[in-house]
Amino acid sequence: MAFDYDKYLRPGKLPHIWCPGCGHGIVLKGLLRAIDACQLEKNRTAIVSGIGCASRLPGYVDFNTLHTAHGRAAAFATGIKMAQPHMNVLVVGGDGDGVAIGGNHFIHACRRNIDMTYVICNNFIYGMTGGQFSPCTPTGDKASTTPYGNPDPTFDIGKLAIGAGATFVARTTAFHATQIDKLIAEGIRHKGMAVIEVLDDCPTTYGRRNKFRSVVDMMKRFKELAVPVAKAATMSKEELDGKFVTGILHREERPEYCEQYAQLVKRAQNL
Amino acid sequence: MAKKVALLQGNEACAYGALYAGCSFFGGYPITPSTEVAEVLARELPKTGGKFIQMEDEIGAMASVLGAALTGVKALTASSGPGISLKQELIGYACIAEIPCVIVNVMRGGPSTGMPTGPSQSDIMQARWGTHGDHAAIAVAPASCQEIFSETVRAFNLAETYRMPVQILLDEINGHMRERIELPEPGDLEVVDRQAPPVSPDQYLPYDPSFGDVPPLAAFGSEYRFHVTGLNKAADGFPTTKAKLVDAEERRQIRKVEANRDQIEKNEEYMVDDAEILIVAIGTISRSARHAVNELRKQGQKVGLFRPITLWPFPERRIAELAGQVKVIIVPEMNLGQMILEVERVIKGACALHGIGRVDGEPISPSQIMDKVKEVY
Repeated sequence: MAFDYDKYLRPGKLPHIWCPGCGHGIVLKGLLRAIDACQLEKNRTAIVSGIGCASRLPGYVDFNTLHTAHGRAAAFATGIKMAQPHMNVLVVGGDGDGVAIGGNHFIHACRRNIDMTYVICNNFIYGMTGGQFSPCTPTGDKASTTPYGNPDPTFDIGKLAIGAGATFVARTTAFHATQIDKLIAEGIRHKGMAVIEVLDDCPTTYGRRNKFRSVVDMMKRFKELAVPVAKAATMSKEELDGKFVTGILHREERPEYCEQYAQLVKRAQNL
Repeated sequence: MAKKVALLQGNEACAYGALYAGCSFFGGYPITPSTEVAEVLARELPKTGGKFIQMEDEIGAMASVLGAALTGVKALTASSGPGISLKQELIGYACIAEIPCVIVNVMRGGPSTGMPTGPSQSDIMQARWGTHGDHAAIAVAPASCQEIFSETVRAFNLAETYRMPVQILLDEINGHMRERIELPEPGDLEVVDRQAPPVSPDQYLPYDPSFGDVPPLAAFGSEYRFHVTGLNKAADGFPTTKAKLVDAEERRQIRKVEANRDQIEKNEEYMVDDAEILIVAIGTISRSARHAVNELRKQGQKVGLFRPITLWPFPERRIAELAGQVKVIIVPEMNLGQMILEVERVIKGACALHGIGRVDGEPISPSQIMDKVKEVY
């Protein structure tokens, strides 16, 4: 039987704002399948976002939803989780929102290893404002503010999250639709900070400036450049240059922040 | 029975006032001269099962407070001018999304890093206008440690009643000075708690104007699921660009304070009945002013003190009335002329007006105020 997305969509809120060919809808569907697989209770689940195209996602889904200010999603989510550790807290947003203006909140949420699931839709661009380069725009690529090619080096969100202390880090792409829900579900089940990066396409503001003739071309790129973790382990650094390693990049067990705080409360009350 | 008494610093009294009000979440970031508020709550909140978190920056601290507040808890943050400048972004978010919370600003000099260990009252206008867009503001400015305690409780009540951020303005002097205070017992001071919406979850709209200007706020995690955004929104909480809806929502959010001034405003009047000279001062400087009034009265001068305890909304009606009675108003403030602009606006030239400004890190002394009175009257 086909998956019943309507169970989780707010009636009357579609159509969404996303352009034809945008990958955010694929992420939305993957997220809902993951939530369903984990049997998350709607009342006990908060979905938090910042600003940008991907950050409009919470408005479409029937949970406690919080569309915050640019970059601040992880910090709002931290407040929710700290105040109500029994709640499931998910964050959704884009690359600019998450690791540029929200970079400080992102790395510190990773460092604390607070139990939340952060799905970051990396489409290499600021889409909502018309295609300015982000910290994830590949060096040399065109954006509205890099008409001569992007001079900036790029962030590797996976490495950033691992370096900052996230205990579950995964990557997939909008092409690998069935992997999206599996990784998000793994992230939800993981106790601690889970970061799932989904490489996503923005045909409107990134694709057309960078010689992708169609959405299909962008999807083909994801298909061709994705290298599963196990295969990547057999490849040299040179062979991996320009490729995306996909799958679970990192997983470890480390004390979760709210549990640590609960221990602190016990110590304080035993004084 | 004798009241329990304590010798408390203003910042400590603020923290204990927050606990009295039922605050169970503090999100902060270290900054002088406010840090004692965080330090007391880091120690005390876990004892009551509350949560303390030191965030990565001022904006994150404000964000954590708003996230927590949306789950139904009373939440506090404390900072000083430069930190409040950073929090402005999310103070605006709290205004438009109508999230109750309390923000302490222990004022120091500025702009920028200024004089971190010196007192100031230079955030009077920041407390009113410090975020972009049109918005209402409530700010209280207590003068003594006892009043810092009780005004902190009232700030939480105002935040819950009007569903908005409320600021408490202290300064480096009354934040750090120690005074004997009587600790109120439970029940001595009114405590307003958030109520669940009086409608079923399927009927609930988070900004339903049929409830009046302050629609009830449900809690994330209860059975009321709703959407919150910083975009202009309709009664259902979802974004809208419909001109009529945007206009109605914006006006309602201003009106909820303007139409309730009588409930929100709180002033102290000292020897104003026969006063010909009126001093208008807040916080620490109102203490110098009271001293000056006492000394000048001994010398036969008809001087009185008007002290806004609620600084915002500004007590414009009463000051306008008093301007019709007195010959001169003097506004001493630890800045170069902020509150005097409001006084000037409301008295409309009905009497003479003089300011005393000081920004050198020293308080305005009683003798400085007395000298000014003698100079102008």
